[in-house]
Amino acid sequence: MKRIGQFILYALLIIIAGTTLTPLVWMISASFMPAGQASTFPPTFVPERVTFEHYVSLFTRLNLARYLFNSTFLSIAVTLVSLLINSMAGYAFAKYRFKGRDSIFKLLITSMVIPAQVTMLPLFLMLNKMGLINTYMGVIIPGMAGIFGIFLIRQYALSIPDSLIEAARIDGASDFRIYWFLILPLCKPILITLAIFTFMGTWNDFLWPLVVMTDDSMYTLPVAIANLSGEHVQDTELMMAGSVITVAPVLILFSAVQKYYISGIMAGGLKE
Amino acid sequence: MRSSSEIRTALFFLAPALAAIGVFFFIPVVAAFIMSFTDFDIYSLGNWRYARFVGFKNYIQLFEDPLFWKALKNTLYFLVVGGPLSIAVSLAAALLLQSPLVRFKGFFRLVYFAPVITTLVAVAVVWRFIYHPRFGVLNYGLSLVGINPVDWLGDPNWAMPAIIMMAVWKNFGYNMIIFIAGLQNIPKELYEAASIDGADRVHQFTSITLPMLAPTTLFVTIITVIGYFQLFAEPYVMTQGGPLNSTLSIVLLMYQQGFRWWNMGYSAALAFVLFAFILVASLLQTRMQKQAGRL
Repeated sequence: MKRIGQFILYALLIIIAGTTLTPLVWMISASFMPAGQASTFPPTFVPERVTFEHYVSLFTRLNLARYLFNSTFLSIAVTLVSLLINSMAGYAFAKYRFKGRDSIFKLLITSMVIPAQVTMLPLFLMLNKMGLINTYMGVIIPGMAGIFGIFLIRQYALSIPDSLIEAARIDGASDFRIYWFLILPLCKPILITLAIFTFMGTWNDFLWPLVVMTDDSMYTLPVAIANLSGEHVQDTELMMAGSVITVAPVLILFSAVQKYYISGIMAGGLKE
Repeated sequence: MRSSSEIRTALFFLAPALAAIGVFFFIPVVAAFIMSFTDFDIYSLGNWRYARFVGFKNYIQLFEDPLFWKALKNTLYFLVVGGPLSIAVSLAAALLLQSPLVRFKGFFRLVYFAPVITTLVAVAVVWRFIYHPRFGVLNYGLSLVGINPVDWLGDPNWAMPAIIMMAVWKNFGYNMIIFIAGLQNIPKELYEAASIDGADRVHQFTSITLPMLAPTTLFVTIITVIGYFQLFAEPYVMTQGGPLNSTLSIVLLMYQQGFRWWNMGYSAALAFVLFAFILVASLLQTRMQKQAGRL
């Protein structure tokens, strides 16, 4: 009886795993197929001969190196800037007492229900007036500070004992030194989690870069892939190679740091 | 005694975040609200003064626009069918992975979670080929069990189900993790006590697991509803809203009106309708949560 139960369990688990992996495996496999093989019937899963021609033409004929750079640079920049700004604010909300603190914090949390799409049109006009459309700043500026990030860091910083901060203060440490040399190291786990969330969020973001990056040379990978997939509808293998390059960096990053990512989701899920 | 200097330092730490959120979030929200009562269009782009107040004209026009109703219907279809489906798959996967009979849990969890990490645009491109009527893997698989080929993205009846299937594939791993966390929080003693009382598995599931999981389920429902209302990249990449507008979503319509036709006043009104729906949905669900808490 237990044997049968176990068999059914594994059968279900493997079916789900197969369904989950098939599109990704096919994407990788098709990216190495000679041109045209993916458009044959019946569909094949193994390349007739392994070719790197699509990867080569993405980097030589098409501008993929540039898109890869744009995505990498923007994801790192947004992550670093927002980590600094959010951690400063999260620390202040957790450890300083001042009038209006709780009402400001409450206002921020409440406004998390407003979807980002609402701000898009005026934000576009503002950045247009500032001459920041089609620039890196156009993506970095709206990502500089985030309410969710401030919230995560505040919750974490609340658990730091006041006595530690007091002791540092008695030793003559300035407020900034306390933040930089005491608080930030203590908040390391949540900072890593938030950094991964921000990096992946920026890397995978589509709608805002689509709106703000109007020139081909400024496209991020998702915008470039969406654009290419319209022009190269028939070049299945080429598009699969482009998808692999877009997906691979985040998948590799994730498998290296999955512990932090998963614990971040669990922290978010349990707070309710 | 330290209070005035404490305020100053607090302000120093808060200023960058509050300034950024104020200028690049709160001001745009207010501006979008004002904009939704103007006829802001391509001529106003050069000079904002050309925009005039038109009262509720955009909102009235919106409710008379068959395309808006189409987009709303499609978005609700995606939400009402895709949401519960994705939550059910998440819960099923979490329960399977919680079974004491299963080994290699970490491996399966990693595999199930992989699509969550992937870039939506890139996997949407992949799925477009999986759904290919002649060469696609899906139709081939169906043909093996004797099902005739379906023109997934070319048939107005099948395009939205196809997008839903892809979204469930992409998203279920996220909620699965939250469900696993919720399941781990249920005290083991409850199950022990129940099995001493002679309750079978099914009974334990309906009288312990499901009620204890209710707060988690509610949280998962809220984030799923909010996320699914914002459907955009899937139809943008896979169908451009077609065929026959059968996958046109509210955000896609908003994008087209705002950034393709530069009808920004109209698009801003659409954004606020979207906001209203999300607000009502989250208020309803938090109220349910409070009522459930009182029981």
